[in-house]
Amino acid sequence: MEVHLSHSLQGEAAAREGERLIRACVHCGFCLPACPTYQLLGDELDSPRGRIYLIKEVLEGRGGVIARAHLDRCLLCRACERACPSGVEYGRLVATTRGLLAAQSPRGPRDRLLRWLIRTIVPYPARFSRVVAVARWIRPVLPASLAAKLPTPPPAALPPVLHPHRRRMLLVPGCAQSVLSPATHLSLARVCDRLGIEPIFSPGSGCCGALFHHLGSEEAALRQIRRNIDLWWPELQAGAEALLIPASACALMVREYPDLLARDPAYADRARRIADAVKDPADLLLSEGLRLPIAPPGRAIAIHCPCTQQPGAVEALFRKLGIPLVPQPDSPACCGAAGAYALLQPRLSNQLRARKASALEAGAPAEILTANIGCQIHLASGSQLRVRHWIELIDECQTQAGASHGVPTRGEANGHGREACPAVQT
Amino acid sequence: MTHPSLGSFRRVLAARGEQGDRPYGTPGTGGPSCSPREILRRLRGAVPGCPLLSHPEELRPYECDGLTAYRQIPLAVAIPESVAQVQEILRVCRTLRVPVIPRGAGTGLSGGALPNRSGLVLSMTRFRKILAVDPLNRTARVEPGVTNRAISEATSPFGLFYAPDPSSEVACTIGGNIAENAGGLHCLKYGLTVHNVLSVKILTAEGEWLVLGSEAYDAAGFDLLALLIGSEGLLGVVVEATVRLLPRPPLARLIVAAFPSVESASTAVGKLIGEGFAPAGLEMMDNLAIRAAEAFVHAGYPVEAAALLLCEFDGGPEEVDDQIELAEKRLRESGADFLRSSSSEEERLLLWKGRKSAFPAAGRMAPDYYCMDGTIPRRSLPEALLRIARLSEEFRLPVANVFHAGDGNLHPLILYDASHPHELQQAERLGRRILELCVELGGVITGEHGVGVEKLGSMCLQFRAPELAQFHRIKEAFDPDGILNPGKAVPLLHRCAELGAMHVHQGALPFPEIERY
Repeated sequence: MEVHLSHSLQGEAAAREGERLIRACVHCGFCLPACPTYQLLGDELDSPRGRIYLIKEVLEGRGGVIARAHLDRCLLCRACERACPSGVEYGRLVATTRGLLAAQSPRGPRDRLLRWLIRTIVPYPARFSRVVAVARWIRPVLPASLAAKLPTPPPAALPPVLHPHRRRMLLVPGCAQSVLSPATHLSLARVCDRLGIEPIFSPGSGCCGALFHHLGSEEAALRQIRRNIDLWWPELQAGAEALLIPASACALMVREYPDLLARDPAYADRARRIADAVKDPADLLLSEGLRLPIAPPGRAIAIHCPCTQQPGAVEALFRKLGIPLVPQPDSPACCGAAGAYALLQPRLSNQLRARKASALEAGAPAEILTANIGCQIHLASGSQLRVRHWIELIDECQTQAGASHGVPTRGEANGHGREACPAVQT
Repeated sequence: MTHPSLGSFRRVLAARGEQGDRPYGTPGTGGPSCSPREILRRLRGAVPGCPLLSHPEELRPYECDGLTAYRQIPLAVAIPESVAQVQEILRVCRTLRVPVIPRGAGTGLSGGALPNRSGLVLSMTRFRKILAVDPLNRTARVEPGVTNRAISEATSPFGLFYAPDPSSEVACTIGGNIAENAGGLHCLKYGLTVHNVLSVKILTAEGEWLVLGSEAYDAAGFDLLALLIGSEGLLGVVVEATVRLLPRPPLARLIVAAFPSVESASTAVGKLIGEGFAPAGLEMMDNLAIRAAEAFVHAGYPVEAAALLLCEFDGGPEEVDDQIELAEKRLRESGADFLRSSSSEEERLLLWKGRKSAFPAAGRMAPDYYCMDGTIPRRSLPEALLRIARLSEEFRLPVANVFHAGDGNLHPLILYDASHPHELQQAERLGRRILELCVELGGVITGEHGVGVEKLGSMCLQFRAPELAQFHRIKEAFDPDGILNPGKAVPLLHRCAELGAMHVHQGALPFPEIERY
């Protein structure tokens, strides 16, 4: 589509980039059925095509307030990108023009406060864990919607007994997950150990940068990203062969580091090498984990594939391992979590969750498994079933297989293991 | 508050640099009878709770459908969710003489859902329930906002599917399909929308129910259903449809055949059909289209080929395998230098995906495209394609061809860049010449996309004044006030006279009976 940049925006690099990206769109509408909010509301303005049009208006110097409201409703699930035949980079378009939009229509005080709170608490595990602890105390007086988001404190997860291995991988638990679901990365660590890989817990890293990025704090996001690169780079240099990130949204963000730092010569190269080193735990298991003994659960489970997860990878792994899955014929893609979206757009987020949860529960699974902490917490607050990261079930099944065969995993047998990691990285 | 008179409303519009209705299509209401503000107030009162968009920033994304060359900001957009709301909206609009433009997913390629500046866009996207599936009668009763793909998915557990499959089947709605009599890749064997819809419930311009057709294959009286299908929203608003379902063929296989020239490929099409093959689909793509599609789906199309034929057979496994073998032989004899036939369902769908995404994939080659829809007799394919290539050179705009070769339905995609001055006009001129060519070869100006606003001028090439006058009488019988989608589908006679003056063909003046000024 043609875009005529307004006079005042012609000098802006972001506006010119936005123009370039919009010109790829031919307004065909193939993206409409892929969009969760369009499915819910049926309004062109809440579809990818409509949002692109709204951004176009802003670039042409018309409006902004309405555009921002509808862009705020976008989950950034990017299902539209996979559906788009003309290759519109929607996610990049939104990220590129976010600043321009913010300048056109500043947010109200309540919105600003909420975003500030999320930005200053969640990405910092130390702060976040304290807030979560306090919130558990005052749970009875919290609004029900918020209280439901608080997972019950997990049973004190046993730190895995790990062994030194020649192969090493960097394990990045992320900010929200390390606080809300520490069992996830502990399970991943145990599975790595069984594979003969020593998991190195990334020292002191917090947010991957996604939360800042999605809330429009570009500078904070870049600061955080550079900090992470500085922390991870020495480990890669020292021989860690990959980055394992259990939360799929964080993994996707790290894969985008090279794009975000493309114009920073000091970091661009390292960002690219780090992004290349990101390995999906499902791929790791598919390529080398099928040989480990496993005792599949008796009842079928349901898998929710996060929008940020490569579609089908976890399902393929489970099929190969003989773990029964319930069919989900009419399952919508997105659960409505989308990072901070669940807090910023509770109404839509909950509607999407209700649809997804009922589709997931339709086949009466034993539990729901997913690959991202945001989806996990969000779905858990809207489903009667247990919701956790898939790696936890794999870990459990492997442990059981070891127990039933009477063959303890190596470390437990010879007693030379060492306690490797604290439950929460703060 | 005093209500401004019609005159003052027109003055307001004139001051905004606008006029009443579009001057060229079916006649409109002559303009609303009160101010925009009053119209909005009355609508809000009539359908409380129904989203009604009226801020200019909200309206602009509705200013066009899949054809972006024509744009018009409407007065408002309503997104009702119940038939009662649609009824109320129609009642208010008729009273106030406000044009109503029904809209599905907005994927149409002829501007059929182009808004009217003083009218209301009636978005039917929230009507997306599949009301009933009757596997014994092989029918499904659906709301108008349901997509083609959704019907096929919902009926697939019964081994059934809904046959019409336009490229946009994932997104386009059955209401829009009915309005435009949509076709698709498989209409060669299974027919157009008109052959696959058994009955529709519409609301007339007066807001009254009307059921056309029946669940049986024939209904008593005139076939008003066939009249309604393809009437482009001029006669009524579809609020429910009963569609015919077909049993899924046990097997379908697709041959992809590459040819060293467009001519040899198009000759092969005539030969195949002439020899009695009955493919489920027979599609052709030229080199430009092949490259665009391949870049999106990586289906393994040979990107060096001058033309590809995609030929599908479906039915019982033995029959299909036989047909595939025979057709491959014929295609090779016709000059195909690359043949690949699908050996799995995944491979078949992947090979089709390139074809289905070819239009928007053209967005990778140019920022804008203009899609034509002329249909010609199959035997004229080689000549038509040759002359289109010449026209493309003459107008200096690339034309990608991707079309339903089996039924001669051409889809030349004229690639242009709207930000370059005059390229749009140039593309339109080229498009008109292509349609003239279709009519000259004994064809028609539209195969499945409808006339909309885009082909109003070309309608004058196709029909004579008495025929057009008859169309206007039909419109008047259904919608005497002209509130439904005015300005579309049927040109006003003076429009043809004006156009005719520009194209004196072989000394014969078109529409000689109309006075010219």
